[in-house]
Amino acid sequence: MSLLKVTIDGKTIEVEPGTTILQAARQIGPDVAPPAMCYYTKLKTSGGYCRTCLVKVTKGSEKDPRPMPKLVASCRTTVMDGMEVQNYSSEEVVEARKGVVEFLLINHPLDCPICDQAGECHLQDLSYENGRSKSRYEFKRRTFEKIDIGEKIQLHMTRCILCYRCVKVADQLTPGRVHGVINRGEVAEISTYIQNAVDNEFSGNMIDVCPVGALTDKTFRFKSRVWFLKPVDAHRDCDQCSGKAVVWKYGNEIYRVTGRKDQWGEVDEWICNTCRFEKKSPSDWVEEGPRKINRHSVISQNHYGSKTRFVASPESLPQKQLS
Amino acid sequence: MGRKLLLTHDHVEGIQGYAAYRANGGYRSVEKALKKMTPDEVVEEVKKSGLRGRGGAGFPTGMKWSFLAKPEGVPRYLVCNADESEPGTFKDRYLMERIPHILIEGMITSSYALGANTSYIYIRGEYFYVARILENAIAEAYANGWLGKNILGTGYNLDLYVQVGGGAYICGEETALLESLEGKRGNPRIKPPFPAVAGLYGCPTVVNNVETIAAVVPIVNDGGDEYAKIGIGRSTGTKLISASGNINKPGVYEIELGVPVEEFIFSDEYCGGIANGKRMKACVPGGSSVPILPDYLVCKTAAGEDRLMTYESLSDGGFVSGSMLGSGGFIVYDEHQCIVRNTWNFSRFYHHESCGQCSPCREGTGWMERVLHRLEKGEGHMSDIDLLVDVAKKIEGNTICPLGDAAAWPVAAAIRHFRHEFEYHVLHPDKIKDPKHGYREPIMPVKPEPVTA
Amino acid sequence: MAEVIQGTRAFNPSTRAGIQFSEEALKTIEALMKRYPEGKHKSALLPVLHVAQAEADGWLSPEVMDYVAELMKLQPIEVYEVASFYSMYNLKPVGKCVLEVCRTSSCWTRGAEDVVDYIGKKLNIREGETTADGMFTLKTVECLGACGGAPMLQCGAEYHENLTEAKIDSLIERYRAEGRRKCYTDLDYQNTK
Repeated sequence: MSLLKVTIDGKTIEVEPGTTILQAARQIGPDVAPPAMCYYTKLKTSGGYCRTCLVKVTKGSEKDPRPMPKLVASCRTTVMDGMEVQNYSSEEVVEARKGVVEFLLINHPLDCPICDQAGECHLQDLSYENGRSKSRYEFKRRTFEKIDIGEKIQLHMTRCILCYRCVKVADQLTPGRVHGVINRGEVAEISTYIQNAVDNEFSGNMIDVCPVGALTDKTFRFKSRVWFLKPVDAHRDCDQCSGKAVVWKYGNEIYRVTGRKDQWGEVDEWICNTCRFEKKSPSDWVEEGPRKINRHSVISQNHYGSKTRFVASPESLPQKQLS
Repeated sequence: MGRKLLLTHDHVEGIQGYAAYRANGGYRSVEKALKKMTPDEVVEEVKKSGLRGRGGAGFPTGMKWSFLAKPEGVPRYLVCNADESEPGTFKDRYLMERIPHILIEGMITSSYALGANTSYIYIRGEYFYVARILENAIAEAYANGWLGKNILGTGYNLDLYVQVGGGAYICGEETALLESLEGKRGNPRIKPPFPAVAGLYGCPTVVNNVETIAAVVPIVNDGGDEYAKIGIGRSTGTKLISASGNINKPGVYEIELGVPVEEFIFSDEYCGGIANGKRMKACVPGGSSVPILPDYLVCKTAAGEDRLMTYESLSDGGFVSGSMLGSGGFIVYDEHQCIVRNTWNFSRFYHHESCGQCSPCREGTGWMERVLHRLEKGEGHMSDIDLLVDVAKKIEGNTICPLGDAAAWPVAAAIRHFRHEFEYHVLHPDKIKDPKHGYREPIMPVKPEPVTA
Repeated sequence: MAEVIQGTRAFNPSTRAGIQFSEEALKTIEALMKRYPEGKHKSALLPVLHVAQAEADGWLSPEVMDYVAELMKLQPIEVYEVASFYSMYNLKPVGKCVLEVCRTSSCWTRGAEDVVDYIGKKLNIREGETTADGMFTLKTVECLGACGGAPMLQCGAEYHENLTEAKIDSLIERYRAEGRRKCYTDLDYQNTK
């Protein structure tokens, strides 16, 4: 089949049929790629919920050039030949996204100073880059109790933005899902409902896919700020997963182990819980070299004044500090 | 007296049962369709009739039917949406309770037209007793050979089931309904794919409202052209209107589309005027989701023309000075009703009914409700009014399903037409207990002149 | 409503001990599951939960839901997810007669608040509470599709429209005299318009 031509913010690319607008935008580059909080390439049926990736389709296709009447979720809308899309170049999109960010934040605790996710939190990045500086919400924020779902994972529902990624991990990676979304509307929550442990060899991946600090690694809890650690690509022989991971070190000590995340914050390969939680000795791993973390977080940029949307240079702050 | 097509035999004794229904011409459309028409011919008649979806959106039914994908070897489904939950709407309950067989008959004829061999009626759980009535009617239809295998010896098979819901407004949205029918949470699906391509169990599916399905009966009996003769322009046929609020005669009325709104509200044939000798302040003509109209825009359009009960006339003026026919949930408010309170009431409803799947609706509906509640109590600020407008705007159009729009529109419209009432709540927190606080003289006086039938 | 919303996690790990539905209920559940195509029996979950609720004192405990999951060969979480989504399933114990008063626009404009106040005073309970004898629970609900008969309330399968104080009095008296649980699945429905 022939390739389809799509133009996003004035930049044109040809993509395979079936490609979504978001994927096409990512192929063009970070300048035009919409942010995504719930979509995750490796998880089937993910996306569409958070509405941060809304874009404006100004021309439907070559055949039917009519614009689409509403903004569309770029992660769930496939490209048509000749389609023209506006992302950052559309005032309407920028405004709508500002609204979405505000919605995501009104009930968020904003407890970044005590959150383990700080520094690699997608919600932090999103609000820094697309949000407004002050919230107009003046009511009490909703809160939930913290619970352990499984021995090594803590669920802090108050921080959750209901992206459904962890539910999809459980559905698609593990047998017999025991956690899900209960209740509805504003009080919907990720839960096991009754006290129950999410207990299987791949459950730890829920931590990696969580865009915020709702699911965190208990073995790393309050150990260190991520930006004080040095990420190193490493691998080991594992009979359950590829064994390819990133070990986060302070000095010679391994503080935590995660999957290897790409430019968009998505893991390349799932890793098993043994690699993630049990293998914390340097002798467990064969180190490959420093991991280039392509992060654009406010913290790794370390210049709060300028609102740049761009991905930081590969030599981002953590490595500079520690190497 | 307008023509009636659905409630013709409403007052016939025992019409709830099969014998009386059949004796009054029931199931003729099934005989005609199955014996004398091809499925495509039935679809053609529905197209000719100009019938538009009676659930609220008003999409042409014939066109919806013709979009149904027909891949080889894949079952197709017809699902009846009886999840009537739009505040102000109770017409489907009335129809199903009084004349259940017209829905069963419509389901058989429509299923035949669409090539469905299994069909479901998804009814809201609160209507459990109505589901019983339908199940009894279905049992009677089976017993008399209208359902099951080889119906009327034509080789056409159809099984029909009733499924009760669990209590969720959102399941009136067709993809949420399908999710619920599959035994899941009623979270709307992300479209595309549309149900016509991948609906129930991933198979091509048509979802139609109760009244729409029932209207297929007279359309097949008398022909689409005959049906299209009733009404005005693209608003053809008759429509069930659920009238409620501060009127003398709340109830379900079958009207010919095109009746003047003034006649509908004030004539004794329909609502019988405003209750307790009061005056009208506002009207929500199509269910809670549609924009509220102030008295002077109810019976006349902004251009000064008579407003009619049609899709077009009610939406004349767009959202600036018009509204929508919607589901026909016609709510009238008298001069003593507080618009701020009522808007808060609607907002609480949407907050309660948001499924929580996408962020603008999950977070925005609760936010709007809280701000409105604050205003209603007299604890709001002037800036709250514009904040509400802005929050509504940020929700509208940015959600997965239309519930976001439905939550935003009533708030935006109430502020558009009744901003003075919101301001009054901020400025006079001590006086808002006075029931007349929001009243002002209508710009165009409304004559309560009873029209003789 | 409460401004701070807490999650529901008051339950202990479930035990299925002691839960058994009646023969009739089990038969109904089996028949419900057969209404759907092969492998799609999960479709019956909503109607089955109604049957379960009627069997289990009007509410769905985690144990009851686990039992439903077992009967329908589903993961328990699938049942929790669904039961907690819909408003008709009670996840906490309720009285024998749950008086569900509609509070949406049309009923509201015609005195829904007065109905709630009147019942509350009469039974000496507030909204959401159950009488000490376990007979009545007072609840407000969103639009029940009976706007033409506003104000109205639902109890079990019954709709009671055009409420007046006298009507509420006789209703409560009747329920007290009957003394039995009212369920959505009740067959002996009489619409008292």
